Amino acid sequence: MSMGLEYETLNENVKKVQYAVRGELYLRASELQKEGKKIIFTNVGNPHALGQKPLTFPRQVVALCQAPFLLDDPNVELLFPADAIARAKHYLSLTSGGLGAYSDSRGLPGIRKEIAEFIGRRDGYPSDPELIFLTDGASKGVMQILNATIRGESDGILVPVPQYPLYSATISLCGGSLVPYYLEETANWGLDVNQLRQSVSKARSNGITIRAMVIINPGNPTGQCLSEANIREILHFCYQEKLVLLGDEVYQQNIYQDARPFLSARKTLLDMGPPMSQAVQLVSFHTVSKGYWGECGQRGGYFEMTNIPPKVVDEIYKVASISLSPNVPGQIFLGLMVNPPKPGDISYLKFERESKAILDSLRRRAHIMTDGFNSCRNVVCNFTEGAMYSFPQIRLPPKAIEAAKRVGKVPDVFYCLKLLEATGISTVPGSGFGQKEGVFHLRTTILPAEEDMPAIMESFKKFNDEFMEQYEDHRGYSRM
Amino acid sequence: MRRFATERAKKLISSYYHPHQRSLLSSSRYSSRFFTSVVPDPSAMSPPVTVDTINPKVLKCEYAVRGEIVTQAQNLQQELQAKPGSHPFDEILYCNIGNPQSLGQQPITFFREVLALCDHPSILDRSETQGLFSADSVQRAWQILDLIPGRATGAYSHSQGVKGLRDHIAAGIEARDGFPANPNDIFLTDGASPAVHMMMQLLIRSENDGILCPIPQYPLYSASIALHGGALVPYYLDEAKGWGLEISELQKQLKEAKSKGITVRALVVINPGNPTGQVLAEDNQRAIVEFCKKENLVLLADEVYQENIYVDEKKFHSFKKVSRFMGYGEDDIALVSFQSVSKGYYGECGKRGGYMEVTGFSADVREQIYKVASVNLCSNISGQILASLVMNPPKVGDESYESYIAEKDGILSSLARRAKTLEDAFNSLEGVTCNKAEGAMYLFPRIHLPQKAIEAAKALKKAPDALYASRLLEATGIVVVPGSGFGQVPGTWHFRCTILPQEDKIPAVVSRLTAFHEAFMGEFRD
Repeated sequence: MSMGLEYETLNENVKKVQYAVRGELYLRASELQKEGKKIIFTNVGNPHALGQKPLTFPRQVVALCQAPFLLDDPNVELLFPADAIARAKHYLSLTSGGLGAYSDSRGLPGIRKEIAEFIGRRDGYPSDPELIFLTDGASKGVMQILNATIRGESDGILVPVPQYPLYSATISLCGGSLVPYYLEETANWGLDVNQLRQSVSKARSNGITIRAMVIINPGNPTGQCLSEANIREILHFCYQEKLVLLGDEVYQQNIYQDARPFLSARKTLLDMGPPMSQAVQLVSFHTVSKGYWGECGQRGGYFEMTNIPPKVVDEIYKVASISLSPNVPGQIFLGLMVNPPKPGDISYLKFERESKAILDSLRRRAHIMTDGFNSCRNVVCNFTEGAMYSFPQIRLPPKAIEAAKRVGKVPDVFYCLKLLEATGISTVPGSGFGQKEGVFHLRTTILPAEEDMPAIMESFKKFNDEFMEQYEDHRGYSRM
Repeated sequence: MRRFATERAKKLISSYYHPHQRSLLSSSRYSSRFFTSVVPDPSAMSPPVTVDTINPKVLKCEYAVRGEIVTQAQNLQQELQAKPGSHPFDEILYCNIGNPQSLGQQPITFFREVLALCDHPSILDRSETQGLFSADSVQRAWQILDLIPGRATGAYSHSQGVKGLRDHIAAGIEARDGFPANPNDIFLTDGASPAVHMMMQLLIRSENDGILCPIPQYPLYSASIALHGGALVPYYLDEAKGWGLEISELQKQLKEAKSKGITVRALVVINPGNPTGQVLAEDNQRAIVEFCKKENLVLLADEVYQENIYVDEKKFHSFKKVSRFMGYGEDDIALVSFQSVSKGYYGECGKRGGYMEVTGFSADVREQIYKVASVNLCSNISGQILASLVMNPPKVGDESYESYIAEKDGILSSLARRAKTLEDAFNSLEGVTCNKAEGAMYLFPRIHLPQKAIEAAKALKKAPDALYASRLLEATGIVVVPGSGFGQVPGTWHFRCTILPQEDKIPAVVSRLTAFHEAFMGEFRD
């Protein structure tokens, strides 16, 4: 008996959506975990799930904000340092009614001001709090902006390939078209503007109006950090082609090399001066989920708009108001992230120590993993310059590809499933992110604890080299 | 800052009657490939994203709760701060939004104790903690943390929410209803609103897909339907019968929609009602369930006010309970029930906690729901924990029970008193009738406006109830939302006012409002 909602009568856009990060591999890994197998989840950038500890100071502050009656108790100083107490009082004073009241739909004005000040310090240009909107995680912000931009299937969004599949999924949900531009693996996942131009003109010849361009800097899954020259090229391109630039900068604190420190799209744009600095439309995204904070579960993020017309800002505000407000604790985490303890503060030394330990360790793990992959047969891996992932290329022998086809699996899915079953390492197949035809990858995170890394890489190498042994023909791997 | 809602709301509601008169913008969505003048010319001077080139569905949707009247209020607030005494009131009283803690309602202590401990678990081991927190809050925090892998509250959870928390919520649902709930049917979300959006996204394929919504309704529904490109099919609640829901009205509207080529996919019922506050009688609920089953509609049951009931003769019965009691199970009716931590006696709006319980869908549909939820990874963990606390509060015998129940009863009895006081106050005004608020957090009085007022409004290009609300704000600092933001029978005027100002402020609210109303009627009396 048919009832209200059936698969056949679902919104087609929903059916088109793919989000491999929590797709087939993850579900299979969860099943195996239930059966008692030890699983190492490296499918999602979720640091705390792999043992990274929360920073102490923000948790102290938010706990006090949750339970303000503690602030009246003289014994609170036995458990909480004075600067955490003061900061909790400060954030509570920014609210009207504490954590339990809806804030302004854009987020608490006081916190948006703190974020604007942070951006000003970071970039050297003032930022307007009125153009900063807080969201329940950066993903919600991306969805809001894409939803405002996409009118129909002939609106195209330029997205890097490989990309973080939030973009492809959201474009599907909004009924738009994804226009891929391929990053060049042999050039360190670099961006070639000629590639961009080709993608654009091909799309246009198919009747697609390109509306926006997404850059993820540092990249996900690829980790590359854009150079200033590259960002300038991109901004010129957006200026010429009349595109909104969506700058996903959620990994801006995760930089593991010194040649290319993080440079925001906004700073680069403003450095270029008029007419560009006043014409190019830009939306920049940030979050508390990544960096050295890793507070994914708080769902705290923001976007900052540059050169977006006031009437459009009004419309975006209107849509934000329907969801009333972003969660207030997440907003406070954002405030703390952009305004951490300073030298001289009671909690400064501990905070610095905790932060530095995490970042230094991430840098070391980026190296361990890259080197580990590069020591494996038929595996080539670019260095993780930034972000949280490693994206090795797995050169699958033809026999392996055939074996995959026989069981109806995409080749990299086949490989990753075998890897999972043999080692418990749960990764995301490269096909989930997009890759050139016939080239296969997997994405893993650099987040497993440093002390576990050598064993994990060994386990991977053992599996991989045996796999390659099994599927290579006697002449060895032949390039396709 | 925002354009006013009335004309668009009217268009939205009436557009289903006249599908061919729908705005040019929405119909051009399908023809933009050929309709080149909509496509921006790259060589033109205007930037890529302007109000003319954004998604027309965004332009079409409206949300009056934070609309024009609020902008006016914020401006007045700034003026008050800059020049105290510049207005005949000392403060702005926001009665536009169900936001209890912003008006002084205190959170439930036990809940906040547990949340604080879960935010900062490293103090659980410290002896000083015993002195600052109740013993059972410490115990509950440990229990909850043990449900979370690695006790990591900063990690993304399962995309439906932490399994152990869903187990507790399912147990809470079962205790409430007497029928079992499956934790795999539960999707924890950042407030109930994102869950509503998810369902609209799944249900609406095109502008020919309709969703039956009560009029008056909470404008999340109209806005969400507009954003997803569907058609709102209104069914009118009967003001003369305590905002009663008549099945005959449902049938009539369904038939008319079908005759216009609309495929009606679902029925939204808000119980207790918002803005109307009525609590459905059980037999009414049974008739609704039968209707949905017969007409093959998904029943979307917004039950966020389930703990806000102010009259002894009515009780909350979940639609899940009613359906199961009728003998209808998973194979008989598709039902989605929404709950939130924002309302009730807990009023934790800023936490963004809530869930939907999804029953009666096939496995492949459920997979799609999961998939959409997974793109956002998960809802905020603290909100998930709070949802589990709300559905599983302290019990008799727990150390915190006495203080918990005192806080809860205090808040609920105060809400009931305020509901009555304000209802009586509104009914005492000339030309105003106000139905009782049996539940929820609002009163929705009807104002019979004199013709002169209606004409004055027209001259200002405002809806008459918007003019009233605006004048009320100017004179008293009280912010209400014009009825046109919720929908109403054409030619009738209302406004929605919350019952949330603290009890000690209510007398001043009543006297200021009364004085304003008398002056207003005096000015515009025919």
